[in-house]
Amino acid sequence: MRNIFQDVLGGDTAPVDALDIDLRSVEMGDVVFETQGVTKVYEMGETQVHALRGIDLELHAGEMVVMLGPSGSGKSTLLNIIGGLDTATEGTVHYRGWDLTRADEAQLTLYRRFHVGFIFQFYNLIPSLTAEENVAIVTEIARDPMEPRAALDLVGLADRADHFPAELSGGQQQRVAIARAVAKRPSVLLCDEPTGALDSDTGVIVLDVLQTINDELGTTTAIITHNQVVSKMAQRVIHLSDGRVSEIEEIAEQVSARELAW
Amino acid sequence: MEDRGQTAKFHIPNSTFHTRTVFAIGKKLLRDLWGMRGQALAIAVVIVSGVAMFIAALGTMDALTRSQRSFYENARFGEAFASLKRAPTDVERRLQALEGVATVQTRVIADARLDLAAFDEPITGQLLSLPERGQPALNRLVVREGRLPRRGTETVASEAFAEAHDLHPGDKVTAIINGRHRSLTIVGVVLSPEYVYQIQPGGFFPTPERFGVLWVPRATLGAAYGMEGAFNSASFTFTAGANPQNVLDRVDEVLAPYGGRDAYLREDQVSHRYLTEELKQLEQLATTMPVTFLAVAAFLLNVVIGRLIRTQREVIATLKAFGYSDWAVGRHYVGMVLVIVAIGAVGGTALGTWLGRLLSQMYLQFYKFPELHYSLGIETVVVSVGVTALAVLGGTLYAVWQAVSLRPAQAMQPEPPATYRETIVERLGLKALFDQPTRMILRHLERRPLKALLSMLGIAASIAILMTSTFFADAVDYMIDVQFNRAQRQDLTVTFTGPTSDEALYELKSLRGVTTAEPFRSVPARFRHEHRQYRTGIEGLSPHPVLRRPLTDDLEPVPLSAEGVVLSDYIADVLAVERGDTLTVEVLEGTRPTRKIRVAGRTKQFIGVGTYMQIDALNRLVREGGALSGAYLALDPRYEEETISALTRRPGVASVQLQQRAVQSLLDTMGETVLTFTFVMALFAGAIAFGVIYNAARIALSERARELASLRILGFSQGEIGYVLLGELALLTLLAIPVGFAMGYGLCYGTAVGAQTELFRIPLVLERRTYALSALVVLIAGLASGVVVWRRLGNLNLVDVLKTRE
Ligand SMILES: Nc1ncnc2c1ncn2[C@@H]1O[C@H](COP(=O)(O)OP(=O)(O)OP(=O)(O)O)[C@@H](O)[C@H]1O
Ligand SMILES: [Mg+2]
Repeated sequence: MRNIFQDVLGGDTAPVDALDIDLRSVEMGDVVFETQGVTKVYEMGETQVHALRGIDLELHAGEMVVMLGPSGSGKSTLLNIIGGLDTATEGTVHYRGWDLTRADEAQLTLYRRFHVGFIFQFYNLIPSLTAEENVAIVTEIARDPMEPRAALDLVGLADRADHFPAELSGGQQQRVAIARAVAKRPSVLLCDEPTGALDSDTGVIVLDVLQTINDELGTTTAIITHNQVVSKMAQRVIHLSDGRVSEIEEIAEQVSARELAW
Repeated sequence: MEDRGQTAKFHIPNSTFHTRTVFAIGKKLLRDLWGMRGQALAIAVVIVSGVAMFIAALGTMDALTRSQRSFYENARFGEAFASLKRAPTDVERRLQALEGVATVQTRVIADARLDLAAFDEPITGQLLSLPERGQPALNRLVVREGRLPRRGTETVASEAFAEAHDLHPGDKVTAIINGRHRSLTIVGVVLSPEYVYQIQPGGFFPTPERFGVLWVPRATLGAAYGMEGAFNSASFTFTAGANPQNVLDRVDEVLAPYGGRDAYLREDQVSHRYLTEELKQLEQLATTMPVTFLAVAAFLLNVVIGRLIRTQREVIATLKAFGYSDWAVGRHYVGMVLVIVAIGAVGGTALGTWLGRLLSQMYLQFYKFPELHYSLGIETVVVSVGVTALAVLGGTLYAVWQAVSLRPAQAMQPEPPATYRETIVERLGLKALFDQPTRMILRHLERRPLKALLSMLGIAASIAILMTSTFFADAVDYMIDVQFNRAQRQDLTVTFTGPTSDEALYELKSLRGVTTAEPFRSVPARFRHEHRQYRTGIEGLSPHPVLRRPLTDDLEPVPLSAEGVVLSDYIADVLAVERGDTLTVEVLEGTRPTRKIRVAGRTKQFIGVGTYMQIDALNRLVREGGALSGAYLALDPRYEEETISALTRRPGVASVQLQQRAVQSLLDTMGETVLTFTFVMALFAGAIAFGVIYNAARIALSERARELASLRILGFSQGEIGYVLLGELALLTLLAIPVGFAMGYGLCYGTAVGAQTELFRIPLVLERRTYALSALVVLIAGLASGVVVWRRLGNLNLVDVLKTRE
């Protein structure tokens, strides 16, 4: 049975394949994202800010990457473009062979709805909804999502399901945000400084959750951080500086998130 | 790690959606609404005010017109009337036989003086004959109390008169007809379509205490008035398709030998004419004002809702980041505001219906209809609710559209200021004049000039509608002052039973207590200029009147030249004549001469209309020497009572009208009709002002809560952040006051021009108190909102701010 609210709220409930995304199963290591010459220029009246100056990058199915770089180096900008929250000035981004940079707004909406999970530094929970409802707001429009309770269970917050964001600590709010992001079973999880506002212990819990999800669901995960330590749990570390990829580091031995501390 | 390749299993194309009982986004809607219930309520109040005002005003209008129509139909109100000197009863058959005449009713109408044991002042009476049995064919009476007369000594009284003197069946009234006293017993109280608006001949307003209408059996009246076997008045209805003017001409032909005087249509019948004028004016009020209100309310709603939605910018961006489409987000907010609109619409319709009924009922005290036909007009509801809903939805969708048209990445950032720079004030080097918080206010206003402008205009619009609704009180005061202290300064007006010689004036002057006596002559006439014509009376006055003075635009007395006629502005405009033009005047009395006459000037007259000549010139025009219809008198207050009773008992005196009492009854009528109406409007205008200002303050608070909390964290006191927030509101309110005054003046001008009728020309006078009152209401609204916001600032949760970003 279709969710009736889907008709009312969903708007464009076109099938996912309307996006022209190659939905054949991807094997571990297949290219999920491919960016070519991505630049981003912000026009600020007279002056121009070159946030990205030509990014060529590949992200692979099921991998966990960490993006490191000084403040203002373009990390958030890149992640936003990959996630369909922003558009590139030049260059292309392909998601499973589908050109994101040529997508229209409706396609980007579907893309975000069915494929991407976001986690922001400041959680962006909806203050008027409880933890469970904050998850439900995403699962209600997703296809084949988890139960909101199950997603909260995954982040260890099932007992706080009925709490409002204001009644949760920062770390708990971030875990709700993670539950919300993974509940739709996205194929990629994009995290912009997920531990930025958290202390070490809480940060570790959050990272552990991300690692578990990456392991168990095989979700491609990109994490932006300022924290060198976090890069130890990644398979690859992408260093950005001044809008360019300065170095890509392969990590041979990943450390379990639980063993991290800073 | 091996099974990571199964990622794609999460994208099964034909998987189905889950049906859930919990709809988070629906809950968000309800909780958000509840969270901003104060603001939602304030918005609903604005909608209620706009809708209720509209429905009440148009409903009242509609009820009065429908009550009028139904009364006219049921009572078979005549479509034409004729008065004559005396015709034998069998002339009725000749009238009946005329082509185009459907029904004829002939009767005797007699002027009389009435005497009530419990009332000392003079009462003018009009007696109408009734058939010996049953109701007349036309102009039937609705019996409200008692029954119709059966015997010669029985009478029924008009309800307005009966109510004014608390008369009921069994009470006695003495009628003095041609100097002979006749005692009559009231057996009933009635309503007549001819006296819905019961105006004394020559008056402009109902004076139910001093003007009574009685109906008596025809034989009695005929005997008393010397009209046995004769009639002096007739009323008609037309057959379908008849040309009224042709029929009137034929009636005039038949009645001419009997002193028939120019039969006239219903539209010239006194009660109907004044009723029509009043309703026309009411209709002006009942349409222009509510439309203005609705427009203002719509504008304000549009602005307020837009700002309210804009505070949700980040939530909108987050929803979009999850994959909610623009449509879905739009519908969510539309749903939210529709709940508010629905509350406002239901409340407004209920209040408007209730008020409309109340207002209509109030009008029934002045317009004597037997029953009120009040019903809720679906179109009015649809129009008013539709307009508000459109305004609200427009504001919502525009704001939502602004938010969704941004990339979510951008929308999640707080809205960037248009330009970062120092304010003009700072650049001008006046920085030192202002402290840091004041500079924050100025910068905030300057960075969002459009928003500041809209908020300011919103407050100004509230001031404007407040002014419009109180302006009528000023206008009425002014009209009364001009009319009764400058134009009609007599204490009383004596009317003789017919044209009288100059002697009578000297006799009046010699009465003890009379300080000044001025003659007047009034003659019915019709003026023609090109294809335009106007039926009115010419008033002949002494060459240099002191009491009754037509006025110029500057309110100075107009000199009456030895030749020529002076027209009141309304008539001059209707006839489209200027000073110096020549008119054709057709005297409708005596030998009925037709002459050319020069327009010698025009007078400013706010109440009623008139044309004026020197009395000698008028008498020459009608070819009668030295005749007068009455006199205007000034009295020595010491002998007032004595003089009045002497005048009342004087033979040849038809009526004695007291000026002061006329002012009083004018005030009563105007006061209770127009002013009640405008009082209701003032209340709504106040409610709108409160709703808007309260919302402006609350939205400002929610827009800046984080910034203010951060300031608190940085060590600012509550007083300082209160100053930053409320200072802005205060500044906008102060700026709005002069702008509102200007807008209000414009609105009043439009209303005054729109509400011109034969009865009134509303002067555009705005007293200081009108300005002061509207500014005061807005200031109080600002203060009250400020208090609410202040208390909220005290509860500002600094920890919450730390938990989230910025
Ligand atoms: N909306 C915007 N308008 C103008 N410039 C912008 C905008 N957003 C970002 N920038 C600029 O683009 C550059 C890259 O910004 P970005 O947010 O991607 O940096 P970042 O690497 O995420 O930094 P941080 O670690 O501080 O979050 C910066 O120089 C920033 O000033
Ligand atoms: Mg960043």
